[in-house]
Amino acid sequence: MGSRASTLLREEEIEEIKKETGFSHSQITRLYSRFTSLDKGENGTLSREDFQRIPELAINPLGDRIINAFFPEGEDQVNFRGFMRTLAHFRPIEDNEKNKNPTASEPLNSRTNKLLFAFRLYDLDRDDKISRDELLQVLRMMVGVNISDEQLGSIADRTIQEADTNGDNSISFNEFIKACEVYVEQNLLLQAELNL
Amino acid sequence: TRPPPLTETHTPPALTETLYISFVEVGVENVQMADYFKGVASFLIVSLGGTLVGLVFAVLLSFITRFTKRVRIIEPLFVFLLVYLAYLTAELFSLSAILSMTFCGIGANKYVEANISQKSRTAVKYTMKTLASIAETVIFIFLGISAVDKTKWAWDSGLVACTLVFILVFRAVGVVGQTWVLNRFRLVPLDRIDQVVMSYGGLRGAVAFALVVLLDPERVKAKDYFVATTIVVVFFTVMFQGLTIKPLVKWLKVPRSTNRKLSINEEIHERAFDHILAAVEDIAGLQGYHHWRDKWEQFDKNYLSRLLLRKSVYRKSELWEAYQRINIRDAISLIDQGGNILTSARLSLPSMASRTSFPEVTNVSNYLRENGSGVCLDLQAIDNVPGSKVEEETETHHVLTGNLYKPRRRYQSHYSRHFMPLGEQERQDREVFQRNMRSRLENFKSSRHKRHRKDRSLKKRRGSDVKEMDGGDKPRRNVSWQDKDPVQVPGDSDEEKPSECEKDEDVGITFVARKVDTVKQRPHSVPAALEGGQPPPAPPPPPVSSSPSSPSEAAGLLPWKGGLGSPPPCVSLEATKVIPVDLQEAWNQSISSLESVSSPHAPPEPLHPRISALCRAGGPRPASYTPPGTSSLREREEEEREEALQEVQPLMRPLPPPPPPPPGSAPGPGRRRNPCVYLRSLVTTPPAETSEPHSRGPTQL
Repeated sequence: MGSRASTLLREEEIEEIKKETGFSHSQITRLYSRFTSLDKGENGTLSREDFQRIPELAINPLGDRIINAFFPEGEDQVNFRGFMRTLAHFRPIEDNEKNKNPTASEPLNSRTNKLLFAFRLYDLDRDDKISRDELLQVLRMMVGVNISDEQLGSIADRTIQEADTNGDNSISFNEFIKACEVYVEQNLLLQAELNL
Repeated sequence: TRPPPLTETHTPPALTETLYISFVEVGVENVQMADYFKGVASFLIVSLGGTLVGLVFAVLLSFITRFTKRVRIIEPLFVFLLVYLAYLTAELFSLSAILSMTFCGIGANKYVEANISQKSRTAVKYTMKTLASIAETVIFIFLGISAVDKTKWAWDSGLVACTLVFILVFRAVGVVGQTWVLNRFRLVPLDRIDQVVMSYGGLRGAVAFALVVLLDPERVKAKDYFVATTIVVVFFTVMFQGLTIKPLVKWLKVPRSTNRKLSINEEIHERAFDHILAAVEDIAGLQGYHHWRDKWEQFDKNYLSRLLLRKSVYRKSELWEAYQRINIRDAISLIDQGGNILTSARLSLPSMASRTSFPEVTNVSNYLRENGSGVCLDLQAIDNVPGSKVEEETETHHVLTGNLYKPRRRYQSHYSRHFMPLGEQERQDREVFQRNMRSRLENFKSSRHKRHRKDRSLKKRRGSDVKEMDGGDKPRRNVSWQDKDPVQVPGDSDEEKPSECEKDEDVGITFVARKVDTVKQRPHSVPAALEGGQPPPAPPPPPVSSSPSSPSEAAGLLPWKGGLGSPPPCVSLEATKVIPVDLQEAWNQSISSLESVSSPHAPPEPLHPRISALCRAGGPRPASYTPPGTSSLREREEEEREEALQEVQPLMRPLPPPPPPPPGSAPGPGRRRNPCVYLRSLVTTPPAETSEPHSRGPTQL
């Protein structure tokens, strides 16, 4: 299976992806076979429907948001490069690559980029702020039906108050980082051994 | 947060048992060098044979429950008796009885659960729990009695002390070794604390004691010593370790909890991260994309399910019905909670006059909410009073921890003999699933709508656009789970779509509803659906609320019909895994509907499962229109429906009864009635349906 997938993927492509995302060769081929198995249209790109077909995502409260995160703005298809670029956010940070090439631009799996990815899931209108409404939407997705709108509203208010340092009643990216920083050491997203 | 894994798993007792049979019953003194190999062989035979017996009975059990439709009462009986029979049979052949029982349960689980009725399911579940508790109690009584009965045991301090030490050591070794392996595959590795707790949590209880009591004193001369040791071990582990494990866990977690106080932000974001990770994992297919699993599922789908599942279940008609019901409920709740989405202004029907109350309602709730947040702000303002703030914060935490959806891993393998929290996960899955499907539907609708809008001439739209503006921003704020501004398609179609559109809509309805009957055609018709070149010929124009059978008859003939109605095989393969059994059909359905969206030649408004549900659930059937050959179909449908009703109950979300239909909302005459309103009136006034001769409402039975 792996060998078949790798034949479809040209070596230079693999090299490029490797350089861009830091995935290893075997990871890339594995993910490529996954990519092709998701790609029901067999046109080399994934559509939203392809993602929505993944059954687990249907029971993930944030599933659709995450699907959206795979698509560049205004586009309906994502190719393998884009797919890998998004996945690269979740590659664990390895010790040896911290000082490897400090001059290069920040790798996709850096802490900031990981947080930015999460931040974007909240920030629908891309104004680099999580407004109360945006927070409410996410909250509503994540809580059960037992919480009333009022409760949720006050939770959202409190959340914003807690994180909001400049008093604009919304959470900017910096504030978001700060809010998450406290427990960043144990943060799953940042520490996760996502064995891609 | 994490309950320590105290319970014993199934396999170790089974292993012990097989070893026991292999060695003790053979006789220790007979064991020679060659016998070790024989021992291995007999171990394999004992365990594999037990498994095989279990699987055979699993097949038998599944097959039997397939035919118990008319005598539901014996279903639990069969479940217990056949599993017991598996036990006896394995015992008869000196095979591993525990393994046989276990595998009988594992194997039959999927099919039996789908076959038997919900009540039987509950009966089995509770009987099992009760039996387990009784058995445990009895064995502990035995334990207590034999502990004080000196004739039963003989004391040996060395043996006892060594055993106590060694069980701790070996447990720890086993835990560390296994977690080391496991951690290579786990997303969230088990850390030191987990390992300590797991090592310490090795409680020995009933099984160990039962096995030691069963020893044959003729063969095992030291039985009395073993008994004494086992009693001590049981008492030590259960009493001492069991009582101290909680303080231990607390003590171990202390550094963690004092180091940081979880802020609300952290709590929410962390949970969000968990979900994100889980989702990415699923997208990347980390759960393992297994060739063999696929093969097995293919086999299961093609042969086993066909053989072992009741036909109606196999064809999912019950689930399908259930899905439709859910859809109706959702539609209602969609209207009720999100009444603001479908702002009454947009639905320009006379019957909608009654809906004018909605903006007020939203205003009130807005007001309430703003008031609530005002209170918060007040609290913030008088921040110097720490008490109230802390209190509210803890309150918030409480609410959050209680209600945030849990990511997959946290709730996965908590089984308790005494509590039945099983519904929790299902409930969550169902809620999330419904919500996701709904938002997809909305998204889909709005995207369809946009496309539609381009096609249509603008002047036609103008009137309603103005009205949409009237809808304003305010009500929309409440719609927290909407990603995009939804557009009310039904209302829209009512406004100005010519009857042709309605026809198309009807087609959309029927293909969804029709699916049940087209399952078998799936493989052949899929390509047709994908490539299907021409827009389908319109079926004979029935009225909107016409009988489901008439268009579906026509629909069955259409080339693209079967394909659209059925999910592609590849999808259902994967889908069988995660989605709760009773949602699978809904899942497949949504897939197929989404698929139909992507296929370019689908009719303009192909997707109205809710409406279709409505049509099926209670649409008055015009007696005038009965295409040839529908009568048998109808009968079959009737039968399936009957069955479905028994199964449907658990799927119903306990929604508060919707408000009674406003007097103005009675469905208007003719084809221009608003589906939503119509639906509403249908569901809220079930008694009316019973009076209708042709209705098939739930109250009919």
